[in-house]
Amino acid sequence: MKNYQDELVIKSITNIAKDVYEMVLVGPGVKYISAPGQFINMKINNSLQPYLRRPMSISDYDDNSLTTVFKVVGQGTEILKNKEIGSTIDCLIGLGNGFSIQDLASVVLIGGGLGTPPLYKLGKELASMGVKVTTVLGFASKEDVFYVDKFKEFSKVYIATNDGTMGQKGNVLDVIKHENITFDYYYTCGPERMLDALVEAYPDFGELSFEARMGCGFGACMGCSCKTKTSPYKRICVEGPVLLAKEVIVNG
Amino acid sequence: MANLQVNLPGLNMKNPVIPASGTFGFGYEFSKFYDINVLGSMMLKGTTLEARFGNPLPRIAEGPSGMLNAIGLQNPGVYAVMEKELVQLSKVYDDKVIANVAGSCFEDYVECAKIISRHPMIGALEINISCPNVKAGGIQFGTDPQMAATLTKAIKEVSQVPVYIKLSPNVTDIVAMAKAIEEAGADGITMINTLIGMRFDLKTGKPIIANKTGGYSGPAIFPVALRMVYQVSQAVSIPVIGMGGISSGADAIEMMMAGASAVAVGCQNLVDPYACPTIIEEMNQILDDMGIENIQDIVKKSHQY
Ligand SMILES: Cc1cc2nc3c(=O)[nH]c(=O)nc-3n(C[C@H](O)[C@H](O)[C@H](O)COP(=O)(O)OP(=O)(O)OC[C@H]3O[C@@H](n4cnc5c(N)ncnc54)[C@H](O)[C@@H]3O)c2cc1C
Ligand SMILES: Cc1cc2nc3c(=O)[nH]c(=O)nc-3n(C[C@H](O)[C@H](O)[C@H](O)COP(=O)(O)O)c2cc1C
Ligand code: FES
Repeated sequence: MKNYQDELVIKSITNIAKDVYEMVLVGPGVKYISAPGQFINMKINNSLQPYLRRPMSISDYDDNSLTTVFKVVGQGTEILKNKEIGSTIDCLIGLGNGFSIQDLASVVLIGGGLGTPPLYKLGKELASMGVKVTTVLGFASKEDVFYVDKFKEFSKVYIATNDGTMGQKGNVLDVIKHENITFDYYYTCGPERMLDALVEAYPDFGELSFEARMGCGFGACMGCSCKTKTSPYKRICVEGPVLLAKEVIVNG
Repeated sequence: MANLQVNLPGLNMKNPVIPASGTFGFGYEFSKFYDINVLGSMMLKGTTLEARFGNPLPRIAEGPSGMLNAIGLQNPGVYAVMEKELVQLSKVYDDKVIANVAGSCFEDYVECAKIISRHPMIGALEINISCPNVKAGGIQFGTDPQMAATLTKAIKEVSQVPVYIKLSPNVTDIVAMAKAIEEAGADGITMINTLIGMRFDLKTGKPIIANKTGGYSGPAIFPVALRMVYQVSQAVSIPVIGMGGISSGADAIEMMMAGASAVAVGCQNLVDPYACPTIIEEMNQILDDMGIENIQDIVKKSHQY
């Protein structure tokens, strides 16, 4: 094991929604995780194809294991889902800044699709500190929904689906408004359109986790830079993926 | 263990392995992974006179055994590089480094080269006349031998340190470029930069990279780089630093057999942050296995053939 790297062992791969898999990985390298909202960057296999690593959020972790949830969308994730239990994956671990853990009265977690997982460990920690947590999750359709019971462990959960096949028809913002959900602070991760809409609705007090195509995931290539109000640019992989609502430039 | 030491104009290096510009930031990011003092030297992120944000996202795409990038020379500008980045780097790296200089016009190149060459950490300049990802400047200096020679002369006049010129593979006659640059007084040649490429999103039919095209590099371009280094190193007498697709000690040794005096490792650093120290170890092992005591003994081996 090298610094921030480990050959993590695959403990389980479970299908939890349409094309969505939960994978548990174990190994001492997990110790490099320091905050919920950080991510890992996995080398899918030992061959030159796929060439680049694949960034994946961490939905839960303890001293020796971490959980990641991924959707099969292309070549890399297709290979990942078919991995053998007990085989290893070369991972860079504990990348990015992560969400801030604050002593607040009430927060809302807003997850869009595959943006849901990184909010799970965060919610668990906030709830254990006595923060009142509410969760709003948005998916395309009923068959895409996952992790609802897990969020119910520590929060009241509202679901939105675009086609109305589960929960409320509409998006997460519709649910927040319709249910009159009030909060001191919000944490969110999901598609960029959703994040932009949230910043427009609540520009002052929240944290948003962004995605970008990454070359390295650790600050070397400048492939993931975005403009912010607070500095000429921030790298999503180092100064992000979590940005404050106050600094986000919508459509930037 | 073999003697891996190589000397290049302005640089006495403990080994020939140099991370390539743009794939190693300003170096210090990698010191959280390992002690970067094991490196021969390093080529810093492309630096321009003024700060640049670079191109819109997405800037990265993938291809078979390689990647496309269109970063667009994002950097904080030459003064911030010296006042912030090099100060940060000096805390974790003791040796001299190679500054990679770019510009959007002739005067910018010369001014930036002049300023950064006076910094005590800089052992040599690498002039990037071959970036395919910026509209103004760069590439036209890299495709016209006459312009490249004029620029080389002007930079040689103002630089305090040896000047290497970085060649583009996106030309019809790379040997003519190299000869023109040597005649103009360059101290070395670094090559190759990326090959211009493209990918499309099947669902939308749109190019994946916002800039539409990007520079292709990685193992996929290795044979192309080898061929060009072979041709150029035969035609000039200044040292050539070879790069393009090097991902192992064996690749590095092959590149030196083709005529490179040292090697640079580019996007393999992004896939594996430990690529450079691993390559150094592998080179040692291979030379031991071959019974070769001095790395110099393999340089230009191929030129007998
Ligand atoms: C910080 C971060 C955290 C992420 N967390 C998760 C997660 O928890 N679960 C999950 O399912 N997905 C997550 N993603 C997206 C995930 O990385 C991509 O879906 C995955 O890389 C696709 O790989 P592929 O080979 O299957 O797809 P391909 O389309 O074959 O990939 C081609 C290239 O595009 C890149 N790419 C494709 N889609 C994305 C995307 N949405 N974001 C960034 N790069 C992309 C790939 O990394 C690769 O370099 C995250 C992305 C980032 C940046
Ligand atoms: C993300 C990225 C950024 C780069 N930026 C620069 C740069 O700023 N200046 C430069 O001269 N070359 C730049 N290059 C080119 C590399 O230095 C190198 O010439 C090229 O990638 C070929 O080597 P490789 O196949 O080992 O990557 C960049 C390459 C990559 C992948
Ligand atoms: S992905 Fe390389 S700097 Fe962020």
